[in-house]
Amino acid sequence: MQPETPQYAIETRDLSIFYGAFEAVKGVNLNIEKGKITAIIGPSGCGKSTLLRAFNRMNDFVPTSRVKGEILLHGVNLYGKEIDPVEVRRRLGMVFQKPNPFPKSIYENIAWGARINGFRGNMDELVEESLRGAALWDEVKDKLKQSAYALSGGQQQRLCIARTIAIQPEIILMDEPASALDPISTLRIEELMQELKKNYTILIVTHNMQQAARVSDYTAMMMLYEDTRSGTVIEFDKTDVIFTRPTDKRTEDYVTGRFG
Amino acid sequence: MQNTREQPLSPPSGFRPGDLRRKMRLSEDIIEATLFFVGFLTIFITISIVIVLGDQALLFFADPAVTVWEFISSTHWQPAIGEFGIWALVSSTLTTSAIAILVAVPLGLSAALYLSEYASPKARAILKPVLEVLAGIPTVVYGYFALLFVTPILQTIFGENIGVYNMLSAGLVMGIMILPLISSMSEDALSAVPRSLREAAYAMGATPFEASVQVVLPAALSGIGAAVIVGISRAVGETMIVAVASGATSKFTFNPLEAAETMTAHIARISGGDLSYNSVDYNSLFAIALMLFLVTLVLNLISQWVVSKFREQYE
Repeated sequence: MQPETPQYAIETRDLSIFYGAFEAVKGVNLNIEKGKITAIIGPSGCGKSTLLRAFNRMNDFVPTSRVKGEILLHGVNLYGKEIDPVEVRRRLGMVFQKPNPFPKSIYENIAWGARINGFRGNMDELVEESLRGAALWDEVKDKLKQSAYALSGGQQQRLCIARTIAIQPEIILMDEPASALDPISTLRIEELMQELKKNYTILIVTHNMQQAARVSDYTAMMMLYEDTRSGTVIEFDKTDVIFTRPTDKRTEDYVTGRFG
Repeated sequence: MQNTREQPLSPPSGFRPGDLRRKMRLSEDIIEATLFFVGFLTIFITISIVIVLGDQALLFFADPAVTVWEFISSTHWQPAIGEFGIWALVSSTLTTSAIAILVAVPLGLSAALYLSEYASPKARAILKPVLEVLAGIPTVVYGYFALLFVTPILQTIFGENIGVYNMLSAGLVMGIMILPLISSMSEDALSAVPRSLREAAYAMGATPFEASVQVVLPAALSGIGAAVIVGISRAVGETMIVAVASGATSKFTFNPLEAAETMTAHIARISGGDLSYNSVDYNSLFAIALMLFLVTLVLNLISQWVVSKFREQYE
């Protein structure tokens, strides 16, 4: 194995996230490698989603939320004073836990995001390319004008992935993208992630440890501090290291199912 | 249930074949019957009103001095000389209502969007009660507000072209009156749009304006449509404001600067006078009321059709 020079897509520096006075996430340092899939795992309520939503500044909508530390994209702090959260979200796409397509046609679901982001090219081509990219084209090519709500849950989630790649983000954030889906749809999403990582850096929060082990290259293990109830990353390494020879006893207990 | 605290909770011992048989639940039956009755009461009331109106209106049309054709085609309403052309009253009702809707829908929707999508809790806490106060002002007060405050302002703008009584002033103030109705109903509809849709829009890089106008608003359109429909009905049926500020002479005109009496104002004025029971004038009131009913119905149907064309369903 030749030594690789790590190229980071996004980095956090002593990142803490507060809701009012409560420190939900504390002191997180992560270097997310470009073109890889990084999974964030950990027990319920340890701040995985909060951490993920900090990357594209979705926590801004929680009135009392506040961030300490930095998230660096190309060395630029996303929480700097001069940063426009709208621009941040155009570069960090997000796929949610429950499929949430717009109440518009399949075509419009993809075209809308592209249009508000100033896309001026051939929209039909973009829609087709995005749907192919999300492995959905063959299933929907004859019903692009139909409502997205006519699709199955798994198809809706792939549509949400399609509309995200249509705006060509650098990083795709996925918040338990398969937890509301059946095993077959889940498998398709996981296969799709392997395709997507050729072009995108992916950060995925998951409850499902098998999923993390199957799809990710790196894994961040989160846990609560017993005393403050703040979540933090206790271990971050290559996925096979986390799952086979973790250094932290708590990680070992969790991934082997002896947690709690 | 024979369980006492000494024993741990456990399934009941023994099973009799009758245990699972249907039981009489009298309270359920009474509740269902009551709800059914109340539900249908509204329908009975509506039907009774139509019957009463229709019955009296028939007497009106049966009068030798009146023809149905004249009623629906003539533009002169002068009962004193036997002219009964409803359009003279319909035109002013439509004009004042249109002005009111043109004022209330854009302003009410903007207020609703602000309250549901932009306002900080503090701004909400101030603005909402103010809007509710606006909704609680008696319409006769609005009427004199139109006549004594808005009309003088309009006169400084339009000068000689506008009279003391005019439809513009009445329509504008009527718009202010129904604004809180439209804004609060629309705000409810906007707030009911799932948060996940807003998140989806923002995560796509939408600005607050793009998210609220292009995603949240279309998703709430059926509720907003209902608000507009109720607003139209209020405007068409509103009596006091137009009676005070819009004038008491019937005239076929759509010019908002002119004075013209609406259907409701005419009914209010004539029925307050000393009409003899069963005279043509008296019976004409019921024909106007029936027409009012029809106008409201038609406008409701049109609004419903428009909403069904554009709405986006999220379930």
